[in-house]
Amino acid sequence: MNHLSSETFRENARAALQDVHLRGALKNATSLFGERRKQAAANLPNWEDLRNQARAIKDDALLHLDRYLEEFERNAESRGAKVHWARDAAEANSIIVRLGIDRQARTVVKSKSMTTEETHLNTALEAAGMQVVETDLGEYIIQLAEETPSHIIAPAIHKTRRQISELFTAELGMPPTDDIAQMTRTARATLRDRFAAADVGVSGVNFGVAETGTIVIVENEGNIRLTTSLPPIHIAVMGIEKVIPRFADLDVFLKLLPRSGTGQRLTTYQSFITGVKRASTDEGPEELHIVLLDNGRSRMLDHPLTRQSLACIRCGACLNACPVYQQIGGHAYGSVYPGPIGAVITPQLMGIEKTSQLPYASSLCGACREVCPVKIDIPRLLLHLRAEIAPRKGGIAERLAFKTWARIMTSPALYRLSSAAGRIVQRVIPISRAWTKGRDMRPIESKSFHDLWNE
Amino acid sequence: MKISLFVTCLVDQLWTSIGVSSVEVLRRVGCEVEFDKRQTCCAQPAFNTGYRDEARQVARRFISIFEESKAEAIVSPSGSCTAMVRHYRELFADDPQWLARANAIAAKTHELSSFLIRVLKVEDVGASWKGRLTWHDACHGLRDLNLKTEPRTLIRNVRGAEFVELEHADACCGFGGTFSVKYPEISVAILDQKIEAIERAGVGAVVSGDASCLMQIGGRLSRKGSNVRVMHLAELLAADGIDKKRGL
Repeated sequence: MNHLSSETFRENARAALQDVHLRGALKNATSLFGERRKQAAANLPNWEDLRNQARAIKDDALLHLDRYLEEFERNAESRGAKVHWARDAAEANSIIVRLGIDRQARTVVKSKSMTTEETHLNTALEAAGMQVVETDLGEYIIQLAEETPSHIIAPAIHKTRRQISELFTAELGMPPTDDIAQMTRTARATLRDRFAAADVGVSGVNFGVAETGTIVIVENEGNIRLTTSLPPIHIAVMGIEKVIPRFADLDVFLKLLPRSGTGQRLTTYQSFITGVKRASTDEGPEELHIVLLDNGRSRMLDHPLTRQSLACIRCGACLNACPVYQQIGGHAYGSVYPGPIGAVITPQLMGIEKTSQLPYASSLCGACREVCPVKIDIPRLLLHLRAEIAPRKGGIAERLAFKTWARIMTSPALYRLSSAAGRIVQRVIPISRAWTKGRDMRPIESKSFHDLWNE
Repeated sequence: MKISLFVTCLVDQLWTSIGVSSVEVLRRVGCEVEFDKRQTCCAQPAFNTGYRDEARQVARRFISIFEESKAEAIVSPSGSCTAMVRHYRELFADDPQWLARANAIAAKTHELSSFLIRVLKVEDVGASWKGRLTWHDACHGLRDLNLKTEPRTLIRNVRGAEFVELEHADACCGFGGTFSVKYPEISVAILDQKIEAIERAGVGAVVSGDASCLMQIGGRLSRKGSNVRVMHLAELLAADGIDKKRGL
């Protein structure tokens, strides 16, 4: 069920709906996250103000992205970091692989990073002969299972406790147990050794502060702290949209992100990393490399409507709130970023050719927009993408149907005629099997409201 | 007040009693109701599926017809179609002339419960219906028009009706227009969550503000042989305690 393609979304979703373990796991996790988020937001009286402030900061950052990125680069490098610019995934991977090879790295530890999932960095590092170890518990689980993350902040959300226990028994020799603490201890013991042996640590970035050149990463497990401080080299991969202007802006984002993601007031760890150690007696890596990744992002900057897609802080709240995601989970989307925000950014990052089903994978209910901490109008973006997709990929039958529909709906005479025809036709042929497979169809009235009004 | 009824194509073809009931309620609260027989659809199916040119043609026609009316307001028994009229501005973003006309029409178009409560300030329409019922928040009414308290206020004032809140009343029913036939399995999977909540509520009827959600919910309830009936808010508000066939 792994490594699915967006092109087969329909089939992927059907298969997911048949998977009782998946649906059970999803129901528990999404409703738990959803409830916690709701509570956490309700406990902050100025939640709406914070959302507006966050969006205003992001709008400003994105409007002047070139300026803020250069400021970020200047300040990060003045504190001893090295900033690399990568146009696309291949360029980012080759920069990172080169850094590893030059330093004869054998083991790379990684903390959770959706951006490196996007660039498929692990494959590139492994192809260059390096061993890659994911150190976030969820990521570690899916690495052992040879799967991909199915949620932006909870990569193994699709797995049940039992499935994980069986995986650890098979892969790590853990005695069978359903005790979560025991499973965590097993993973921890294995991972500690890896940290000690690692030559390179690779992390993502939640926020890059232009004013100070600081990168900020939030987490709950402490593995990011270790990934970014134990190995002699730390490489941070950062999408260009992660830059924010001022250090003080973090006040808003660090209130919104954990509450929206897991419903926490604060994550257990927050790492603020500014450059490298000054004196040789200081702790921490000798080198810090920050790879700034575009990979299609700058295309979204052109238009004010699509630009807001880049305001996303990857909290995952829209996934938990989405009725479609709640039923089918993340893998069915066949894209690195699943759920409502995934359906918005994937076609923009990769083009609509293979991703044209994703913007239609929504009932447009608007629950995503309601929970989004930076107020991205996801339904509107989905509609915008549909308008690009339909005329090109809609298929001849659908295009013809809507042309005919428009003719009928702009002519009272044709409307009356087809309304009468509909009454006859529905007695002869079943209207829509797609509808009637799961639901009864309400029959067309013997007289329309128009008829009744005339009488 | 003189109002022009936009009955919606769905109600016109599939659920005329919603239109008849709307007229009855509006007349009862003192409105003079006109019905322009040239009306068809709000353009939402094309807009939501991505066919903007076709949607624009139908929207232009809607605007042209309704701006001829002398009525003070356009009232519709649908949150979704009313929200669509508010979306016209997106269709005419590059056309200042049509944009102005679209905005003028949008400003006077109201969903039924919103019109009663916000415009007429009527909270009790004198309805009576005996039984236990619940309310499903249709997404566009709830999130595009911000209708949450309005329908509930009207329902609470129905004599004889025992109102209970539905668990996750604000969760989507899975309809989503063309979504319901493009991805029927997902649509029905979402719907089943709603059906379970309705069954747990132990009600005789589930009420909502959009015929589309009611078709979705009703279609599944009927398939499952449930005794729970679906009812549009207009039908509930028109009820006077006697079940009878209604006419204009």
